Order: sequence, then structure tokens, then C-alpha cells
Amino acid sequence: MKPTGRRTNLLLNLASLLLLAGTLFLFHRYGSDYQVRILNNMAIFIILAVSYNLVNGVCGMLHLGPNAFITIGAYTSALLTMSPAEKELSFILEPLVWPLSAIQAPFSVSLLAAGLLAMGFAFLISFPVFRVRGDYLAIVTLGFGEVVRVLCNAMQSVTNGPLGLKGLVPHTHLGWSWGVAVVTVIFVTRLTNSSYGRAMKAIREDEIAARAMGVDPFKHLLLAFMVSAFFSGVAGGLLAHLITTISPNLFTFLLTFNLLIMIVVGGLGSTTGAVLGAALFTWAGEAMRVVERPMNFGSWSIPGIPGMRMVIFSLLLMGVILFRRHGIMGRREFSWDWLRGRRGPS
Amino acid sequence: MINGISLGSLYALVAIGYTMVYGILRLINFAHGDLLMFAAYSALYGTTLFALPWYWSFPLALLGTGLLGILVERSAYRPLRGAPRISLLISAIGVSFLLENLALVVIGGVPKPFPRPEVFDRVVEFMGIRIPVLTLYTPIITLVLLSGLLAVVFRTRVGKAMRAASTDFETTQLMGINLDRIISVTFLLGSVLAAAGGIMWSMKYPQVNPFMGVLPGLKAFIAAVLGGIGNIFGAVLGGFVLGVGEIFIVALVPQLSQYRDALSFLALILMLLFRPTGILGEPVEEKV
Amino acid sequence: MNVFLSVEHLFVQFGGLTAVNDFSMHLVPGELVGLIGPNGAGKTTVFNVIAGMVKPTSGRVVWRDEVLDGRPSHEIASLGIARTFQNIRLYRDMTVLENVMVSFHHHMRSPLWQVMLGLGTGVRQERLIREQSREILQEFGLAHWALEKAGVLAYGQQRRLEIARAVAARPQLLLLDEPAAGMNPRETRELGDLVQEVRRKYSLTVLLIEHDMRFVMNLCERVKVLDHGFTIAEGSPSEIRRNRKVIRAYLGNSADAPGE
Repeated sequence: MKPTGRRTNLLLNLASLLLLAGTLFLFHRYGSDYQVRILNNMAIFIILAVSYNLVNGVCGMLHLGPNAFITIGAYTSALLTMSPAEKELSFILEPLVWPLSAIQAPFSVSLLAAGLLAMGFAFLISFPVFRVRGDYLAIVTLGFGEVVRVLCNAMQSVTNGPLGLKGLVPHTHLGWSWGVAVVTVIFVTRLTNSSYGRAMKAIREDEIAARAMGVDPFKHLLLAFMVSAFFSGVAGGLLAHLITTISPNLFTFLLTFNLLIMIVVGGLGSTTGAVLGAALFTWAGEAMRVVERPMNFGSWSIPGIPGMRMVIFSLLLMGVILFRRHGIMGRREFSWDWLRGRRGPS
Repeated sequence: MINGISLGSLYALVAIGYTMVYGILRLINFAHGDLLMFAAYSALYGTTLFALPWYWSFPLALLGTGLLGILVERSAYRPLRGAPRISLLISAIGVSFLLENLALVVIGGVPKPFPRPEVFDRVVEFMGIRIPVLTLYTPIITLVLLSGLLAVVFRTRVGKAMRAASTDFETTQLMGINLDRIISVTFLLGSVLAAAGGIMWSMKYPQVNPFMGVLPGLKAFIAAVLGGIGNIFGAVLGGFVLGVGEIFIVALVPQLSQYRDALSFLALILMLLFRPTGILGEPVEEKV
Repeated sequence: MNVFLSVEHLFVQFGGLTAVNDFSMHLVPGELVGLIGPNGAGKTTVFNVIAGMVKPTSGRVVWRDEVLDGRPSHEIASLGIARTFQNIRLYRDMTVLENVMVSFHHHMRSPLWQVMLGLGTGVRQERLIREQSREILQEFGLAHWALEKAGVLAYGQQRRLEIARAVAARPQLLLLDEPAAGMNPRETRELGDLVQEVRRKYSLTVLLIEHDMRFVMNLCERVKVLDHGFTIAEGSPSEIRRNRKVIRAYLGNSADAPGE
């Protein structure tokens, strides 16, 4: 059977996009608020998981600080969309510094700014971060995640400290969240399939050999890191305008842990896996609420157990790591070839 | 100052565990801090639920935590010994979260008060300053435990094997030394020390909750790295540097007190940048 | 006679051990030179210094009139020096074809923005890289396994892929670290022919380390012998074979005795 030609691939991709758009529109019109919220969550998780997988899966660097970029993005976006009047009302402990107190920007601009600022932060910290590897890199990135959180708590004249920002306009709707998700997936896929993506994978496989073949590890890791940070920042902005309230303690290591589960279960190194992992996680997260609420069986009831969800997730992560390290997809990607029953390129 | 030393010794105790495990397995045991939490709760329940006097429940808690450490190693780390490092790290994170959330589920998130035995409650006057006697006991107990550990590491055969394993893992394996047992012993010792740290921590800050081990664990890790990871003396040194440093900075510049955790991380990052092997550095003869 | 590579008075010390002691060497374009010596003689260390993975304690390396002073290995690769590794370092989870394609990245990549926008030039470069990679695989007899993961290849094939990958980086100087290790006589002979052919086709200068004496004697024009970091002999293969110091260095290990 001939491999799927480029044009056919393109047509199939466009068709699926249309299908996605149509489904989303139906939900937008006829779905319940709950369903729409879940779908928005799913899209945001997809953005986060796919960009996180770029650094952890494709480059093979265990980066434990994505929550820092999400936080930066959320705050940047929020501070830009709030009107000066709202900001004055919110910042009761300490007034917001100028010029932030005076600026206001439309949602789209705020998202772009969120991404760019997160990307800038990534650029700055990449110099210390990529001096080391392995466990040290993990801890350093974790450290940056914590530092950002502490700073957000402490710098009250910028972030309103522990009070956070409330009353954000819920700009995020299905068009935004899924639109960005699709862009993220396309961008990351294109990057991974390019020569640059191959270089990144080579760094993952054997950095010393890659270097000997002319690959500059720093440049490529920086690239992955910055791209990942950009999309994480945008996702932060989307998230902020979905839940309409942000505070420094919203974006803790727990969020990083959840992202880790998504990409490990989906398949570390596979963008398709990241999408699947994010989708499953969103679904499971909701399904698990059952376990945490009191359940009634006829005449007797089992009280809800808070925290049970995380126990199950932890066990899931450990199970995958111990017994099926490659997750669902391993490092394979979805392709139309595969669907048609022919082994596609890996 | 005394506070600094006291805090430092707590960090040191926990840091030793990290460094010992890293020295042999090259693994950062994220779950190490949670062992602290387990010890605190065990001591708590031993004293309250089982109404044991503290000189029974505390040592039992130490033992229990040591066993937990071995259990974790057996189930979560040993199967992954040949796997890529990233898997081990992820497993460690998984264990950590599992322990924390199991505690949350089983015990509940409401912080519980820790029963501090009276003997530790007294306050002593010394040159016009009132010092809780606990602050004095902590470094002393730490020194006692430390000497015990050093005796094991440097005087016993097991200790020698541990040192060999951390210097050259593969060769030690080839020489017929039962590596599994060495690793278990390492985890046992490290966990017991962390447990001691945990109990003393809860006597100092007598509120126990499932996530109490996170921050001390991270700080202890930073201490281990500062001092030179893989090196016991480094861990101790790092612990004291961090403890004293923290207290001093907060005393000198009180506005920075909310940043104190971030500062610890900053110290870590700077150290990793300029001297990744820490103050005492890896290539030192004696290390575990 | 223009000198391509000049290694001048190289000293490499690790802690208390002197791995390389006053090593000097000149390479002329197109030469095929062998570096031999018993295990631990410092041969791979010399490679590591030239390729930029180890900093010498003193001495310098001059490549095409440029001093390679502490440059990172990826820069040295862009300057035209490629190497293989003693213990094979392939990208095991990537396909054989991809392993070769990576080496094209440093000299044939299009700017990132062109790639991301899917513009014509980006696509065309990608196709060129793929075609040329396939050609190289063809030359090395690996075309059949192009889409297999590198990790599943047989040992001899993996060794060939190591060399193919290095050649794909379009070097002028090729450093081969024990390319024939673990090969049977037939494979070794084929490898020798392959090296000659590749050298001719791509105008390469080759410096190789080997223990298989027949391979070295048949292939190399010039041979340098190291022992415990010292250069103990230098000359044509036939001269080396008769050199008493060399024979003594290898004594006790009859399998390595030169010219068996």
C-alpha cells in the first residue's frame, strides 16, 4: 500500500480539524456549563502537556518547574486585562506599581504578552539550568518553580501577594482554548519532525555523541525550553481567564506532578501521547471526584475521602513507571498511515 | 546563633540520608522528606493512641521509619535499577506524593498537635537569654547519632562495603558483595536519621500535617548539595551552613524573612553554577 | 607539504596519572595513519583531546592553521573533524536513517523560521538531507535497515553505522576509534576496503586506533606506537613490525604481537 501522500495527509488533517471545530461548536451551543468547562480544561492541559513533553520527552531533560512559566503567564495576562479601576480595587495592601496600574490590553494581546514574558524568563534561567544535567537540572528547575511562587507571594506591589487577583473576565471560551491547543500541537509536531527536532532527540539519546556530530546542546535545549515556556505562559493566561481567580498557591508543584503523570502515562517523547495523557487525565480527574464524594448505596453510605484521587494518581504513575515505562504510545506518533494499517514512520 | 546550630543539625540529619543514597545509587530520593513526616506521625500515635511513654514510642518510630525506607527501596527503586535515570526520579516523585496523600487520606489534613514530653519542655537561662532546652538537646543528640553513624561507616565491614559501593558501583557488585543488602542498610540508616530529625522537628514546631516533610526535605537536599553530595561530612557541613545562614539572614534583615525559602533555593542554584561538587566536593577519600 | 593537523607536545594528566606524555604528530591531507599500542597507552585520550572532549594539561592542537584551544566538541565538529567511539554511541531509539540525518544538521540545516513556516526551502533541504543520508547508508551496506531502530542492528552493522554517521558530518579529518573491534576476519577485511573507498570518495584524512594488527598493517601508510603515554616508535608498518621496543611493549600478550 502506498504511503499516504502529502496532499492526502493535509486533506485528512483539515477534515479532522473541521470535525473538531464542529463538535466544539455543538458543545458551545448545546452543552452544559460543566461540559464546556471540562472541555476548556482539557484543551489547556493539552497545551501544557504537549509543551512539557517537548523538554522532558523529546530532549530528555527532567524539567520540574513548568508551574513557574504558567504562573508568570497567568499573572501577566491577568494584569493586562484588568482595568485600572479594578486593579485599584484589588490591590488593597499595596498599590500596584506603575506602569502596570495604568495599562489595559485586549485578551489576545495579553495572551501574547504572557507567552513572551514566560519565554523571556526561560531565556534568563536557561544559562544556569543547562549548565547541569540529570538530577541537578531537575532540582534547579524545581527550585525556580518555587522561587517564582515565593516571589509572587511576596511582591505585593506587583502581584497582590497572597490575595491574588480576582474577578477576571472569563474571556476563555472553547474557540480560544482549543484554537491555541491546535496551534501548539501543529507547532510542536513540526518542530519535532524537523532537523532541529532530530538534533534534540539525538541529545536525548546520547549527548556526547550528538556533540561530536556538531549538535550544540545548549542552543537546542534553549530552543525547546523557550518554546515550551511560551506555550505554558499562554496556557497560564487562558487558565487565569477560565477560573477568573488566581493566587500564588494555585500553581504549585502539584501542577507539575500532574503534568508529569500526563506525559508519562501518554508516553514520554510522544506528542500524541501527551495529548492522550492530557485528555485521559482530565476525564479521570472528573471521574475520580466520585471517589471523593460520599457514595450512597441504598441504606448505607461511604463518606467521601479527600485526597484519594491523588493516591490513585500516584499509584498510577508508579505503576506505569515500574511496569510499562513507555506509557501508552511509547515514542510513537499518530499518523494516517498507521490508521490505515501500514507501519508509518516513527 | 544557637537556634542556627539547632536548625542546622536538623537539616544535617536529614541531609545525611539524601547524600548516602545519592552516593551509592546516584538517586535523589524525593521521598526522603516524607519519611520525616512518617516518623512524626508514628511517634504521635505511639504516644497518644497506644499510650506508650515517649522513650518507647520514639525509638519505635525510628525503627518503623527505617523499615519504611527499606520498603520503599525494595518496591520503587530496586526494580528500576537498570532503567534510565529519569524513570528513577519519576518513581521517587511518585513515592513522595503517594506517601503524602496516603497520610492525607488515612489521617486527615487537619494538623495535629505533637505531644512534647515534659523533659523537653523546660527552658534554661544562660547569660540572660532564655533558651528552650530542646534547642540545646538537638545538636547534642545529633552529634550522638552522627558518631554512631560514623562508627558504622568507618569501623564495620558493612560500612566499608557502603563506601566501596559509592566509589565504584559496578566493581563492588563484581566482588561478590551483596549489593542489595548494602543498599538496604544505607536506606535503613538514612531513614532512621531522618526520623530522628523528624521527631525533633515536631517537638520544635509541634504541629504535624501530611505535608510537613516537603520543605525540610527540600532544604535538607539543598544542604546536601551545598556541602558536597555523596559525602557525609559534606551533608553535615551543608546542614549547618544552611541552618545558621537561614537564621542569620532573617535576624539581620527581617524584611527578607518571607523570602527565606527562596533564598535557600537561590543558594542552591548559585552553588550548582559555580561549584557543582559542593564545598567539600566529590573526590574526597572518605564518603558513603 | 602542507600540514593539516598538528599536535604539539601534548601532555594530559588526570590526577596523579600522566595519560599522555609529550605526544606530537603531524598529519598531511589524505593520509591514513594508525595509532597503536597496548591497552591504556593513551590513544583514546589523544583522540579525546583532538575532538575537544578533554582539555590537555599542556600542549596544543592546530587544525588547518587554527589553534583548537578548549573549544567544545560541537564546534570542532563544524570545523571538519568527526570521530567514532570505542564503545558504540549510537542514538539507539532513533532509526538508522535518522542517526545519519542528525549529522547533516550542523552543515545543512535551514533557518528555523523557514522550517516552521513550512516554506519551500525548508522542505527542500529536508529532502536533500534524506536523500544524501540514504546514499551514505547505501555505501555502507545499511540501506536495508534504514527504518529500523539503531539499537536492533547486529554489532558489526552498528560499528559501520558509527562510521557512516561520522562521514555524514562531512569532515575533512576522520578519527576512528577501534573500528574493527569485535569483528571477525571477513568483516575486518570488508571494513578495510570500506575505509579506503570512503577516504577516496570524500577526500578524507584518516587517523585510526586499532588493536587488530593485520588491519593496521594492511591499511595504514604510517603508524605511531604509544605505550603508557609515551611515543615509543613511529614509521611505516613494516618498520614498526620489526621495531624491538614495540615488540617488547606487546610482549606477554601474544594475540597483540604485531605482524602475526
